[in-house]
Amino acid sequence: MHALTPEFLLRSAWCAYGVGILGSLLCLRKERLAGLVGFSAASLASLCGIMAALSALGGNPAREAAVVELWPSLVPNVSLAVKLDALSAFFLLVASVLGLALSVYSLGYAGGFHGRKNVGLLGAFYNALLLATTLVFMANNAFFFLIAWEIMALTGFCLVSFEHEQDEARRAGVLYFVMSHIGTGFIILGFLTLFQASGGYGFDGFHSLSGNAKWLSSNSRNATFVFFLVGFGIKAGIVPFHIWLPAAHPVAPSNVSAFLSGVLIKTGIYGLTRVFFDFLGAPPMWWGVTVLILGTVSAVLGVLYALMQHDLKRLLAYHSIENIGIILMGLGAALLFLQNDHPLLATLALVAGLYHTINHALFKALLFLGAGAVAQATGTRDMERMGGLARRMPRTAFFFLIGAVAISALPPLNGFVSEWLTYQSLLQGFGTTTSLFRLLFPLSGAMLALTGALAAACFVKAFGITFLAQPRTERAANAREATSSMVAGQAILAASCLFLGLFPTVFLRLLDPVTEQLTGWRIAGRLSLANGLVLSTAAPGGGTVSTLGIAAVGLCLLFIPLALWLVFARGSRTRIGPTWDCGLKGLTPQMEYTATGFSKPIRMIFKALFRPRQEVQREYDYSPYFARTIRFEAHVEEVFETRIYRPLNRMVLRLSGRMRALQAGSLQAYLIYIFIPLLLLLMFAL
Amino acid sequence: MLNLPAILLQTALLLALAPLVTGLIRNWKAKLQNRRGPRLWQPYFDLAKFLRKDMVISEHASWVFRAAPHVVLISSLLAGLMVPMAATQAPLSLFGGVLAVIGLLALGRFFLALGGLDPGSAFGGMGSSREMTLSAIAEPALMLAIFTVAITAGSTDLSRIVATGQGPVLRLLDPAHLMAFAALFIVLLAETGRVPVDNPATHLELTMIHEGMLLEYSGRYLAFLEWGASVKQLVLMALLVNVFLPIGLSADGTAASLALGLAFFLAKILVLCAGVVVVETVNAKLRLFRVPDLLSASFVLATLALMGKFLFPQ
Repeated sequence: MHALTPEFLLRSAWCAYGVGILGSLLCLRKERLAGLVGFSAASLASLCGIMAALSALGGNPAREAAVVELWPSLVPNVSLAVKLDALSAFFLLVASVLGLALSVYSLGYAGGFHGRKNVGLLGAFYNALLLATTLVFMANNAFFFLIAWEIMALTGFCLVSFEHEQDEARRAGVLYFVMSHIGTGFIILGFLTLFQASGGYGFDGFHSLSGNAKWLSSNSRNATFVFFLVGFGIKAGIVPFHIWLPAAHPVAPSNVSAFLSGVLIKTGIYGLTRVFFDFLGAPPMWWGVTVLILGTVSAVLGVLYALMQHDLKRLLAYHSIENIGIILMGLGAALLFLQNDHPLLATLALVAGLYHTINHALFKALLFLGAGAVAQATGTRDMERMGGLARRMPRTAFFFLIGAVAISALPPLNGFVSEWLTYQSLLQGFGTTTSLFRLLFPLSGAMLALTGALAAACFVKAFGITFLAQPRTERAANAREATSSMVAGQAILAASCLFLGLFPTVFLRLLDPVTEQLTGWRIAGRLSLANGLVLSTAAPGGGTVSTLGIAAVGLCLLFIPLALWLVFARGSRTRIGPTWDCGLKGLTPQMEYTATGFSKPIRMIFKALFRPRQEVQREYDYSPYFARTIRFEAHVEEVFETRIYRPLNRMVLRLSGRMRALQAGSLQAYLIYIFIPLLLLLMFAL
Repeated sequence: MLNLPAILLQTALLLALAPLVTGLIRNWKAKLQNRRGPRLWQPYFDLAKFLRKDMVISEHASWVFRAAPHVVLISSLLAGLMVPMAATQAPLSLFGGVLAVIGLLALGRFFLALGGLDPGSAFGGMGSSREMTLSAIAEPALMLAIFTVAITAGSTDLSRIVATGQGPVLRLLDPAHLMAFAALFIVLLAETGRVPVDNPATHLELTMIHEGMLLEYSGRYLAFLEWGASVKQLVLMALLVNVFLPIGLSADGTAASLALGLAFFLAKILVLCAGVVVVETVNAKLRLFRVPDLLSASFVLATLALMGKFLFPQ
């Protein structure tokens, strides 16, 4: 077993990804083979990644992480070094578990592209994306981090606009590309300020800054905070930097959408965690307040916009914004607790955020895979054209329901556990300070409650309209269950959701090395009661919860309906009959409630935000009640796009229009442009 | 760790008492409106009848339709087992506090709303949509009011919240406490579908919320759903009376103190029922889009309660 060190496993994972890239490219012409090679290699690589992450997280005390040079560097300050410390290993685990499930799913899913798109290309980009993402999580040098970051962004771009013959995919790709690079610009600025303070680009040097008194009192530390918050915030999709996310995630192939929403936006969370808790040192109060408020706003707005969607994948993409918000609430609370010297509470809040990170990855990927299967079976992403799929695709429906229950934070699944931890840390936050800011904790708790309830409403809609009642179109009526590999991919994720929901104390042990690295505390032991059956808050007398207990007692209580049936109803019969149709000639799918109708009350209640606009055209002969045709159109305004980004865009275009006057085409003028700066530089230099 | 007799007793209490509370409210309401009204125990007869009846299930419905009644009944019972009723120690308080109670009730609602959508009838969809919307905007007020009491107790464990509430009764007149109570009372009306929000007695097609979702259910499943709804109502009432008026609960679990605790509990529930009856009688049902105003009033009350805690810490 000595040979199976994390570093060895990592190398095998990289090799397997490399094989995947090359293999898919070599078999470009034979699409079946290309898919098989590419996605099998990715599965294998992910498996190695899972083992590497688990063996890096498993040890107690935490293993001293080794720095591995991938390639001897010829340039000073730049080294292609990776280091698998606890934080990296945790994110590697998230990426690899998802990688495994998605690759298994892709084996079948890629079949949908046969004869239409190049599967070999898909496989190659997919492997490259996974490889680059794992490198982002492990890079130990700012330059190497940026290289991996850019490869990740570019392969992401190629995959978003994979179906580039569609106008929508091209637009989304460009928007993603532009936003991503604005983000990278801010990250570079952040690294440059860190370089100024530490004199190098290595992460170890950055880390030692957190104990440096001069750095801790400097203003550039605050600038660094802002740079990284914006830079990584764009990648994570925090409101108001989120506009690219709901455009880009739905148009990508569904296996890629799942990875984008599950892992890629988590690279932003990884960056924020790494910088805030590892590099910057003790945070001032306003950092925590900013992050907490941003998180709360993202959560509420994300779910509200999600409710307005009837494109299934777009709805899921908006939910990613919501969940990133919930993660940020945990991180923000942790920053606040670090500031007012409650390291144990900070650890609790951090654990809540990280737990939600992996939970969101699992259930969001699960939902995207389900949506992908449905979209492939019905040929559309529009929920208004689905319906009745629970009877036609029973397995996909079942797994989608598990994901829906999990993301709505309902017990006993994993979303409930991480939101429970978030609530607990917010609740205890009230007592940690006497300033007015302590009202922030219960208020964001209330907003978290609103978010959870709206998410439940949204998933009643998503599941109900997509899978229940009568099929609304011919395609939906003839839908077939997904292939077995697609079902298997979903099953892996559903089982993981179940595991993380029922056995939180087992999983929390894996987070111990991470929190030890970041806050110096191990907390799993304090959070577990009654041999790990019960999860508690670390505070004595705080709340307790046991999802396993709830599930077990719930199963026992099933005895009651059974007994009632045996006692009263044994002689009764069950008939299958038509739904009550008010005496008309049968119900048609047109009479069903629609997704748009379902969310109408919410659209009306929050109309100040949505500014809904609707247009109804009726053609009738005698009376408006007997219309011949009705056309109905409803729109919701995307406030951020119309109020912030469009004006900004116009301003940039106008400015660049003005700048054109400078480029008159005359050589003399250009010489003057060069001459003036030269003169100025000389003056400054002297 | 777990007290099995307590679990069985409280389950029995929940199942036995819940229909009575429903019947009581109906009967008193009728009396107050100069009607004779149904008998007190009419809900029991209804349940027994539903249980014996044959079922008709919609041809469009899937397995979700069949799962929903079970989930509703069991999740309300589970939530009820976490709320102290006659004794300070709730049987399942180790397995979850007030957050789990809210979560379990939400789980039941989630499946009920799906069950409403499944047969493909527009009434069911309408009911589901309204139920999910109203419960969503009731949720922040609920959580904030709960936070206010949980902050005092330093715990979300209901048994602990109730235990810290023991002491001089005058302390319960704290304005923060009263405002949180008022906020939760409004939430109770909304969550149990009482009059200013929903009318439990109507099947008028365009106004019903809860009944809309039940429309396609019959026989045994209808019995489970009705029973589950009564249990949920009792659970929320127990939560309200015992968190805000934690007197008379049995702390040691001896038979005598349990009997006394039960008597106190019944008395408190009766008073709360009377309150609900009066509110239902003197108010008309609100238009759907006026309900958010009522619920935001509840949110404001809860915020004020919290500010009270902040400004006048005890």
